[in-house]
Amino acid sequence: MRWWQIRKRDADLERELKADLELEEEEQRERGLSAEEAHYAAQRAFGNTTLIREQTRAAWSWVWIESLLRDLGYGIRGMRRNLGSTIFAILIVGLGIGGASTVFSVVNALLLRPLPFRDPAQLVFISNGENHSTQAEQYSDLRDHNQSFSDLAGWSAFYRAGDKELTGTGEPERLTSVPVTQNLFPLLGVEPALGRSFTREECQGKYSAPPAMLLSYSFWHRRFASDPNVVGKKLTLNDQPVTVIGVLPASFDFASIFAPGTPIDVFIPWPLTDDTKPHGNTMSIVGRLKPGATIGGAQAEFNVLAKQLDSQHPERNPIHPRLVPLEEHVSGQVRPALVVLMCAVGAVMLIVCANLSHLQMARMGTRQKEMAIRAALGAGRFRLLRQVLTESVTLSCGGAALGLLLAVAGTRELAHLNTFNLPLLESVRVDRTTLVFTLLATVATGVLFGLAPALQVLACKLREGLQDAGRGWSGSRRHGWFRDGLAVSQFALACLLLVGAALLIQSFLRVLDVNLGFQPERAAALRIDPSFQVSSAAQQNAFIDDVLHRARSAPGITAAGITDVLPLGGDRSWQVSGKGQIYEKDHSPESFIRVVSDGYFDALGIPLKSGRVLTESDRASSEPVVVVNETLARTLWPGQDPVGQVMTQDGGRRVVGVVGDVHHGGPERSGGSEMYLPMRQTGDYPAMQLVVRTVLPPDSLAASIRAVLRPIDPNLPVKDFQTLQELVDKGMSPRRFLVILLSGFAGFALLLASLGIYALISYSVSERTKEIGMRMALGASSGLVQRDVLAKTLRLALSGVALGTLGSFALSKGIESLLFGTTTTNPAVFLGVILLLCAVALVAAYAPARRASRIDPMEALRTE
Amino acid sequence: MEKQPQQRANLLQGTLDMLILRTLLYGAAHGHQIGKHIQRTTNDFLQMQHGSLYPALHRLEERGWVISKWETAPDRNREFKYYRLTATGRKQLVVEESQWKQMAEAVARVMWPAAEEN
Repeated sequence: MRWWQIRKRDADLERELKADLELEEEEQRERGLSAEEAHYAAQRAFGNTTLIREQTRAAWSWVWIESLLRDLGYGIRGMRRNLGSTIFAILIVGLGIGGASTVFSVVNALLLRPLPFRDPAQLVFISNGENHSTQAEQYSDLRDHNQSFSDLAGWSAFYRAGDKELTGTGEPERLTSVPVTQNLFPLLGVEPALGRSFTREECQGKYSAPPAMLLSYSFWHRRFASDPNVVGKKLTLNDQPVTVIGVLPASFDFASIFAPGTPIDVFIPWPLTDDTKPHGNTMSIVGRLKPGATIGGAQAEFNVLAKQLDSQHPERNPIHPRLVPLEEHVSGQVRPALVVLMCAVGAVMLIVCANLSHLQMARMGTRQKEMAIRAALGAGRFRLLRQVLTESVTLSCGGAALGLLLAVAGTRELAHLNTFNLPLLESVRVDRTTLVFTLLATVATGVLFGLAPALQVLACKLREGLQDAGRGWSGSRRHGWFRDGLAVSQFALACLLLVGAALLIQSFLRVLDVNLGFQPERAAALRIDPSFQVSSAAQQNAFIDDVLHRARSAPGITAAGITDVLPLGGDRSWQVSGKGQIYEKDHSPESFIRVVSDGYFDALGIPLKSGRVLTESDRASSEPVVVVNETLARTLWPGQDPVGQVMTQDGGRRVVGVVGDVHHGGPERSGGSEMYLPMRQTGDYPAMQLVVRTVLPPDSLAASIRAVLRPIDPNLPVKDFQTLQELVDKGMSPRRFLVILLSGFAGFALLLASLGIYALISYSVSERTKEIGMRMALGASSGLVQRDVLAKTLRLALSGVALGTLGSFALSKGIESLLFGTTTTNPAVFLGVILLLCAVALVAAYAPARRASRIDPMEALRTE
Repeated sequence: MEKQPQQRANLLQGTLDMLILRTLLYGAAHGHQIGKHIQRTTNDFLQMQHGSLYPALHRLEERGWVISKWETAPDRNREFKYYRLTATGRKQLVVEESQWKQMAEAVARVMWPAAEEN
């Protein structure tokens, strides 16, 4: 018989016992007893039939389900009776679990889940010293001569958003394309969802005119409505025909893994033949370790190889291979922040548990009589323990249901934050792992906050319970220290969270305060590369003149200039030197290259420090000039006037001006050396970005800019119009993400801790009503009583704060790497948090303290 | 006073299954008969606790060592739930019997070492 036949089986058992009991009765009668005597004798011999039935049913292996259901039903009835506290419990568990599950799903996507590649543990990212990129020649030699990797592959580290313009089919659009080596997808183990990967022949052509391309899944979905017939079609990229050979799978999201924040539309082959190898450090390299090879061994081998290559090829850029597991390269930077968030969530959950533990204890206190009666009727200790735990786990399950809803909504929000610079964010979702986590967290929460009340029930003496019923056994001082401990621990944890949040908020404010070196407010940029092939300097300069004149004539534009790369964007750098300066190969200063037109410094708000800015007359025909930033000026000509000096670049460029430094790597990094070449004197730049400064809100600019530029290029897409503020915000998004979440948790923790201490103090006031009444009868003033209650509150709060402060000192290492412009022991932060917590505690305790001071001694003593 | 049966039940705990199985070796019997039989055979030393007997019977059935069927008793015109040994039940009886024997011998060796020498 199976467990669902419970009724049938139960009836069968009842019949069996009845038959046997009747038989016993008959036998007793046959022995000569009267009918009545026989009946009782049989009953005596048999014992308690209900109990026998219970015990027999316990032998059925599924009996626990039945009793669980009973406990459950009982628990739910109890909860309905206490609707208010039930809703409160479900709400705070729900918020806690919701936060925990959301953070866990982020951690799961970014740290736990393997990268969506074949055997990702074998993949290694090979960077070059501080740079991520390596020279193509070095890549070829490393690939041919190493023994540790089954293969190396690479992609261009210098692709830019909107490098390619798609025309011919439908609305023209700027696409972001990534040049990749032929073996990249096979090496990663990524199979195209449709079509095929690149062939060797397709990787022999011209860099600027790829014969074939692969579409990313999201681009295919967005632009071609997932039409499978697009494979094999010829499209026009930058006026060149390109065949679509396949679509990459949805699971492969290059952008979210390697370049968060910049969606990739297409992949093109990167020819590495001798004629077409790109110059300079341009390759990001990834390798697949041979089975059995270790990353340590590979690093040792590459160190030796690099030395050999450096001595064999002094003409090449030096190489310092640095090997890190690909997973660490992708998510290593966000790890400390996520660990902090996970700990924060854990702390919040503990506060939730402490809070509910107190609530449940209070509820059990009022149910003392009920429990005592159940114990008297034969419920075992284990049975009662289970009953209480079932109730608390049921509560936390109710909360978890709410929490899961929140987590699903939260992860959906997060996954769509594509302006956030966090890797793999798009793959954040509530998956099976998250569900398992949620389940475990729910049960753990339920057991944790149910345990104390359950043990309290067990500790109750039966007789005391029945006699004491009116007052509740919580009146005993036994649990006093435990309740105080709960409140203290809540304050300690809240203190920990607040200190962390305050330090990060302070860091964030410091970051916001950093002078970026340019003014992102009221500045906006638009990609405007000419749609025609530029064949001469004159043609190029005419285009530049035309664009700038038209742009400056648009309403509301105060300045306009062109650049090849926006701040916070590119990192193309050259080795530089002043005329007559000789540096050792590895010690030559490097400078970032910006190719800009006149008006750029005004448009971006970069201040001129000395000399002059670039003008319209710095043309191909005039003297080659350059503008340097202060750092470069200091590096090359310390203590001298840089204006008038000559740099060795391009056969000698005269420095005509010095401008302020720009934090091009984001506010948290210093900018380094920069040099600005006049765009009209060179053709060596990868893109044209029009930058305008406006008195109007930048968002309203797009249409008017497009209108004035339409005569030059009717295909100009305006979608790529972005404000500089957006760029800056994007760069700060990981920090903002962390600050928002952590502040949310800290605020929640503060709220819970204050509710916790409020509950504790009101409870202790109501439990001490008689005592307080007595004291007042003996002459204590109401002020004294009130002060007493507040003093107790303050004592508890301060103990918690002291513990929390010690804890934050102990844990400060974990947060240190996330701070900017502040230290883990910032006294202002600690003082502020301590004052805040004490103030909150006093406010929370004010109402109960007032209640205590208004106790009428007569009234209080009469209730006895 | 109350403690006495408790102790006996404890004594029985491991062996009750074996005793039931052994009783059923004589043929099918219902719960009452089994209890009475054990009680009588031990000259009332083992007081059958119904709270142990029925759970034990149901446990044995759950394990497949006995099967049950409602049958009319030959001497009374009523149906009782009769238990029967199964083939695996027989095997189990052999196993438990040998275990019990080993146990009893081991206990005996400790308790009466002299007797062992003789």
